[in-house]
Amino acid sequence: MSPRRIIPASAAVLALALGVAACGGSGNGGSSTTSSSAPASGSASSAAIKKNDANAKTTITVGSKNFTEQKVLGEVYAQAFQAAGYTVKTALNLGDEKTALKAVKDGQISGYPEYTGTALLSFLDVPAAKLPSDPTQAYDQVKAGMAKEGIEAFPPTPFTSSNEVGLLKPKAEKLGVTKISDLKPKAGQLTLYGSPECRTRRDCLLGLEQVYGLKFKKFVPVNIDQRHEVLKSGQADVSIVFTTDPQIKRDNEVLLEDDKGMFPPYNSTFLMKQSVASSAGPDLAKTIDLVNKNLTADVMQELNARVDLDKDTPQQAAQAYLKQFKLIP
Amino acid sequence: MTLAVLGQLGDAIDFIFDKREGPGGAQVGGDQLLPLLREHLLITIVAVAIATAIALPIGTWLGHSKRGSFLVVSITNAGRAVPSLGVVFLFFAVLGAGFFNITLALILLAIPPILLNAYAGVRSVDPEAVDAATGMGFTGSQVLRKVELPLALPLIFGGIKTSTVNVIATATLGPEAGVVTLGDPIINPSSYGDAGRLGAAILVALLAILAEVGLSAVQRRLTPQGVKLSGQAAPRRRLLAISRRRIAPTS
Repeated sequence: MSPRRIIPASAAVLALALGVAACGGSGNGGSSTTSSSAPASGSASSAAIKKNDANAKTTITVGSKNFTEQKVLGEVYAQAFQAAGYTVKTALNLGDEKTALKAVKDGQISGYPEYTGTALLSFLDVPAAKLPSDPTQAYDQVKAGMAKEGIEAFPPTPFTSSNEVGLLKPKAEKLGVTKISDLKPKAGQLTLYGSPECRTRRDCLLGLEQVYGLKFKKFVPVNIDQRHEVLKSGQADVSIVFTTDPQIKRDNEVLLEDDKGMFPPYNSTFLMKQSVASSAGPDLAKTIDLVNKNLTADVMQELNARVDLDKDTPQQAAQAYLKQFKLIP
Repeated sequence: MTLAVLGQLGDAIDFIFDKREGPGGAQVGGDQLLPLLREHLLITIVAVAIATAIALPIGTWLGHSKRGSFLVVSITNAGRAVPSLGVVFLFFAVLGAGFFNITLALILLAIPPILLNAYAGVRSVDPEAVDAATGMGFTGSQVLRKVELPLALPLIFGGIKTSTVNVIATATLGPEAGVVTLGDPIINPSSYGDAGRLGAAILVALLAILAEVGLSAVQRRLTPQGVKLSGQAAPRRRLLAISRRRIAPTS
């Protein structure tokens, strides 16, 4: 229960994770220890970004919203565009999605990564209850909707940053649950924590009640920043977390499979003004595709972990990613 | 319906009176607001009552003994600088999320104005009145209860009113730590819509006004007739004194 007991434990897990990763890394001698700790899977499969000097006349200003994952993604795209020969500026930390979209429309930035679910909810006014649960359908809807506003939505990342039902591994093993529907006979004894809006949303508590028929002992709304703390401290049996949260690995949490496909997808799609996108030429889309290819939930979790838990800068994390997958030399 | 002419405001008023399906898919507004309202009122009353029970005796006693002005001023200033949401998160690890945590944050918010006003109210009672009472054989506690407190009542109530309004406004952060108050529609437009956000804000503002008016009525009830009269007489006398002084140099 005491948070103090948790610190040495998580430090040990962290040291272990770094140690294992350092062993598994492909031996970039001389670089910092953290730069070799990205998951090695798939590193051989991607081609490097080709530099085209003709692109230098195009200036791309990459933006991002104001939280870790966004800043890392912003840096990843910025460094990738630079590698492709574009002249790149960054304006990371723009605030919320409305601010970022306005910056794109006003031409302050050329583009920024946005989540399909967020774009549907916030830009295209799709009610939370009507979000599609299929990632492709969600992207197609965003692409069509944003095109009407003169904004191009590039094909999305493999990772999604959705809501997930998370709990500590020992608890999951004790309860014997791997899927959300496994919770049904046990929910009556479990306390669920989630963000304040969760209580009244069909893509959260309301859906768990209606789609899965779960009746939890209690639902406690808490500030979204507390979503892992409440599990660690034992206040929550089950908590609503996000797919790419770095704490999932570090705190030994498991995510229950959404076997009824209730949580809408939040894949990241790069949004850019159509006029800017067309003047940038074909290398732009190619670069975005190369970058997105390896951005799986595992990789994104690791990149977030480096910034949030290891205190790397987003630049460092982004560079490590691009190097790890041989996108840049 | 007919309220549509009022645009967004009409929609917000409609939200207050009629249940609807919010953008999150839940039934929101109308009678669904009642549990939120009840929780909001309950936590406000508990927090202000406890804060008053703590701050009023301390403030009046310090004012009576004419000591501790440094203490009162420091506590008040420090207390006012502490953000309530910060307090909630600070105690999160110890108290967890829930009624107790939010109540504690609201109590800490409510104490400074009550403490300062009780202190200042008692402290600023006319020393002649206190001397007269002492001369008539009043004990210390009699002076406090029968002279200082009644005369300090307007300021004391000013403090309680300020705190109550602050607490009503700040109780909107309840849903950040387990207490579903009227803040829920305000911080969650994605499940209540803009009408819900505005509607709940209107309700909170109305509550604050009602509390102010209600407490003023209680204050009038509690103020002794003599204090009321002297309160009315004082400005007139001062007005005369000023006009006499103004006339004096010219004549």
